[in-house]
Amino acid sequence: MQEHDLSYVRAEMVNAQAAPLGERGLVRWLRINLFATPADAIMTVIGIAILGLVLPPLVNWLFISAQWSGPDRSVCATVSQGGLQPDGWSGACWAFVNAKFEQFMVGRYTISERWRVWLVAIMFVALLVPLMIPRAPYKGLNAIMLFGIFPIVAFVLLVGGVLGLPYVETQLWGGLMVTLVLSFVGIAVSLPLGIVLALGRRSKLPVVKMVCVIFIEAIRGVPLVTVLFMASVMLPLFLPAGMTFDKFLRALIGVALFASAYMAEVIRGGLQAIPKGQYEGADSLGFSYWQKTGLIVLPQALKLVIPGIVNTFIGLFKDTSLVYIIGMFDLLGIVRQNFADAAWASAQTPMSGLVFSGFVFWLFCFGMSRYSMFMERRLDTGHK
Amino acid sequence: MASQDVAGRAESSLATYLNDPKIRGIAYQVLLFVALVFFIYWIVGNTVENLRRANISSGFAFLNGRSGFDISQSLISFSSDSRYSRALLVGLLNTLLVAGVGIVTASIIGFIVGVGRLSRNWLIRKICMVYVEVFRNIPPLLVIFFWYFGVISVLPAPRDSIALGIPLGFETSRGFYGLDYFLSFGSYLNNRGFFLPKTVWGDGAWLIAAAIVVAIAMIWFVARKARQRQEATGQQFPVFWTSVALIIGLPLLAFALAGFPLTLEFPTASTFNLVGGFQVKPEFLALYLALSFYTAAFIAEIVRAGILGVNKGQTEASYALGLRSGQALRLVIIPQAMRIIIPPLTSQYLNLTKNSSLAIAIGYPDLVAIGGTILNQTGQAIEIVAIWMVVYLGLSLATSAFMNWFNAKMALVER
Repeated sequence: MQEHDLSYVRAEMVNAQAAPLGERGLVRWLRINLFATPADAIMTVIGIAILGLVLPPLVNWLFISAQWSGPDRSVCATVSQGGLQPDGWSGACWAFVNAKFEQFMVGRYTISERWRVWLVAIMFVALLVPLMIPRAPYKGLNAIMLFGIFPIVAFVLLVGGVLGLPYVETQLWGGLMVTLVLSFVGIAVSLPLGIVLALGRRSKLPVVKMVCVIFIEAIRGVPLVTVLFMASVMLPLFLPAGMTFDKFLRALIGVALFASAYMAEVIRGGLQAIPKGQYEGADSLGFSYWQKTGLIVLPQALKLVIPGIVNTFIGLFKDTSLVYIIGMFDLLGIVRQNFADAAWASAQTPMSGLVFSGFVFWLFCFGMSRYSMFMERRLDTGHK
Repeated sequence: MASQDVAGRAESSLATYLNDPKIRGIAYQVLLFVALVFFIYWIVGNTVENLRRANISSGFAFLNGRSGFDISQSLISFSSDSRYSRALLVGLLNTLLVAGVGIVTASIIGFIVGVGRLSRNWLIRKICMVYVEVFRNIPPLLVIFFWYFGVISVLPAPRDSIALGIPLGFETSRGFYGLDYFLSFGSYLNNRGFFLPKTVWGDGAWLIAAAIVVAIAMIWFVARKARQRQEATGQQFPVFWTSVALIIGLPLLAFALAGFPLTLEFPTASTFNLVGGFQVKPEFLALYLALSFYTAAFIAEIVRAGILGVNKGQTEASYALGLRSGQALRLVIIPQAMRIIIPPLTSQYLNLTKNSSLAIAIGYPDLVAIGGTILNQTGQAIEIVAIWMVVYLGLSLATSAFMNWFNAKMALVER
């Protein structure tokens, strides 16, 4: 009997009220993200203090006090050090990087022949970028161009000695060019070699397995420096008299072998993650070993370990800086070598050069890792 | 048809033979083995020939020769009259020193940053992320150069050393006002390194060492008893605070009993350098800082992955059981996270040890740097490289054996 008792019935809904101030907008964000608990608030204060301590001097050094151009060290040295800057000045010496930029890129490559390096660089970018964009067409042709034809053209152009191009010995190579050549060849060699080694390690044939295990573990157990030493001092001993290798090629062999041992372990992880049913399914379809491996197992295994493969690439890219130790000048090496240039020696020069080369390395490595994340998401078919 | 097939197969028994996977496998292996033997034979032949022409006698006899060079930092006594073998030992100890100290520091920074990346606090999370992304993506050699050429070599000269301490007063253009550098620790920083007061132990210092050993034994005993009692009666015993009291109290007591047998030798300024005290060489400092900061970024990612790998239900269940958040972390989450963390952590420790070979680039006398010097002096390339490989492989195997044992202890005991 309740239905008609009510004297007053509201006809429409009450409008939703705005949330309290502490529950919306910036205040809510601050409360949740920065001041959730007293301990949190203390952490935030410490964090702000750290930033306040680090950021202003950093920005000042990097940009505000930095010297962007100049003829020699005088722009980067204080008066008491024989320069133009007031005492107590501290800022990045980008003028040094500016003046040496071309050297940082190609080393002591013959100046009249440097167009060859630029040409190779343009070709590399022109071939790599479409390969990396998933929507760009002609992937197969593109890959053949990049990994089949481009290396030959690049070799002819960079080394010279044929087709009327003057020979440029690798002693003169340096800078980012060496870093990129070493990493490109290292990547191109280590991936197939790593696959072979990983398959060998999983092989049922004991001799094959043993050879692969010894190779992988021996290389993985020692630092790259010793592998490079081995390539630079022991390789000449192993070869018959009169047969010598170029120093650059020796470093290349060292880096590539080192990377392939690591690559093999990454790929082995992928191979082990493939369920046994896949192998058995391929067997029951009457596939041969190579068909089974090439058509069923590897495509799945490689996709699984993309992050690991890219991590190995990043490691390889960073490791190329070690060739400095056997007397070659990659990007880091040539920056380091230029600290000794009397025309530019100042207290700020080393730091500026290192920050610049660090930024270049960081750009490449960070780019690779982000691209691998992107590919991982793209190739994710939802099967786990 | 079928009968024909059978007949055909019986005829070409050679083809059957060739297609037998077992026979093929053996054939491949024999082929590989023969090729390998020939390859090694060729290499050994060439090497012997090359060594003969260069007049280098192979073998490890050269290790007994007089080294003729000095080593800037050495844990054991060494002079230029010492043998090559002793030089290599110095190098090995230096490698172990920087790796050991680096591993401890990298673990501490790595754990802090890794936990920080999961913090609820947005600012802390971002700071930790920037740290990880910066250090993961630059070469370790660059980090070493950064500390060596960018930071330590541009510190003031010994005359203007930076005194480390907390000033109780303030600096003005007319001088220093206030008490003094109250907590100065007697430590100085300059471009020759880091100078600390040196501890000189007097008679009876062995008593303190003995006290530490006794304290550790007692802690072990107390922990065992407390565990037994808790399992029997459910009563808890404050093991942690007892341990702290024991490990600090006993050595202090021994220190007092022995009559305070410790004097500090402070570094003092002389004309060109600081003398006395304990000097940490800039090469060591740069390598140690670089390896710690670089590896810490990787450890942070491992720790983060490990903690994320523990199911959230575990946290909730432990709260439901009435554990406080500290207990839940200590008893439930960390033991499970450790299982995920340990294997990759092992390989990071090994990486740090191997990366310590980059010391050669700044002249820290580690195994590779000293080996390289000996290699240049004697030309015994094969022997030196063999020593390197044996030592590093040995270190790798020892570390992984220890970590495997630790891992097995921590591993989940499944049904």
